[in-house]
Amino acid sequence: MKKIYANATEALDGVLTDGMLIAAGGFGLCGIPELLLDAIKESGAQDLTFASNNAGVDDFGIGILLQTKQVKKMISSYVGENAEFMRQYLSGELELEFNPQGTLAERMRAGGAGIPGFYTKTGVGTVIAEGKEHKEFKGETYIMEEGIFADLAIVKAWKADDTGNLIFRKTARNFNVPAATCGKICVAEVEEIVPRGSLDPDAIHLPGIYVNRIIQGDHEKRIEQRTTRKKEDA
Amino acid sequence: MPWDRNQMAARAAEELEDGMYVNLGIGIPTLVANYVGDKDITLQSENGMLGMGPFPFEGEEDPDLINAGKQTITELSRTSYFDSATSFAMIRGGKIAAAILGAMEVDEKGDLANWMIPGKLVKGMGGAMDLVAGVGRVIVVMDHTNKHGDSKVLTECTLPLTGKGVVDRIITNLGVLDVVEGGLKIVELADGVSEDEMRVATQAKIVD
Repeated sequence: MKKIYANATEALDGVLTDGMLIAAGGFGLCGIPELLLDAIKESGAQDLTFASNNAGVDDFGIGILLQTKQVKKMISSYVGENAEFMRQYLSGELELEFNPQGTLAERMRAGGAGIPGFYTKTGVGTVIAEGKEHKEFKGETYIMEEGIFADLAIVKAWKADDTGNLIFRKTARNFNVPAATCGKICVAEVEEIVPRGSLDPDAIHLPGIYVNRIIQGDHEKRIEQRTTRKKEDA
Repeated sequence: MPWDRNQMAARAAEELEDGMYVNLGIGIPTLVANYVGDKDITLQSENGMLGMGPFPFEGEEDPDLINAGKQTITELSRTSYFDSATSFAMIRGGKIAAAILGAMEVDEKGDLANWMIPGKLVKGMGGAMDLVAGVGRVIVVMDHTNKHGDSKVLTECTLPLTGKGVVDRIITNLGVLDVVEGGLKIVELADGVSEDEMRVATQAKIVD
């Protein structure tokens, strides 16, 4: 069971196909699998559908795959901050399915847990509910949403051991956990691969059973909105 | 004088009670954090954090530590982190006592519109639909009228909804309204604002 690969290109070898559904972790630019996205760009894979909360910015994150027109469809909750995305969407080149953020997270979690559908109150009475099954439970109306079963999951973690146990750092965990679980294959990029036994088994955020391939690399970790306060304000 | 942004935020902060877990939206709601005083309030950030701290000092920004508005923030001694599915499980599960959100329109049935203007660029609803459907109490903080002077407190929302019948209380520059059976009830008027002024600026039905 060798899970460690030399780089992102090797880790994606034999995994990418045109038209596949990829679940990607990250929130904004925080905790995105930037190395794997670069490698997908280099691979030239086409007509990809991404289930990802956001679509990156023009030159970082999924945005780089929009520039090369490798993305056919996005399933996202928020796609601001990306001019090329808007251009392609408004010209009809790019499909967009808006999911409420929590519905998107739960769709991934459900897919990973073998649950094909679930009922939620989120979106009842809005455009999101149109065409979906409605059902009453104890007098309250809910809509059915479907689990996401992705062909591939790409995620970014802080540390991994060679068995694929992952730990994340601060709010960079976000969608990485549910995305990782809902892929037929999950490839994780991490900042550091540590020796087996050096991660506390009680502190693993995602057990290695969910992770098939791992790479270690240097991350840019770009900040989208740098907000600070002055020392004298404190 | 109608309330300014900070006075509206201060009034909204009065809604919060000791021990509450609260989610604050972007804009005026973010300012509410400045007015909680000594109350023991835990702020949730729906990207996966409870116990959100203030902005970092210059040079101490951490790309792995942002809020739902993608701004760099800090952690507190009480902070915990979790993934997005867990985050929205606590929202949908009713564990978050209140959300304070901005709005484009609110109506007398408690319908809320704050994510989309047809014909304009649509960025997405983010977590707003989940929040209004799930949290214990939804408090809207917004200007009473738009820049053309038209009421944003309507008989019926005209914009695509974020949630139906979800708003509990509306805090505007003119005062405070509750969504009750049959319409809206005036709870409080801003200093110097008359009931007539409030009624004129409100398209929604006001009930006693």
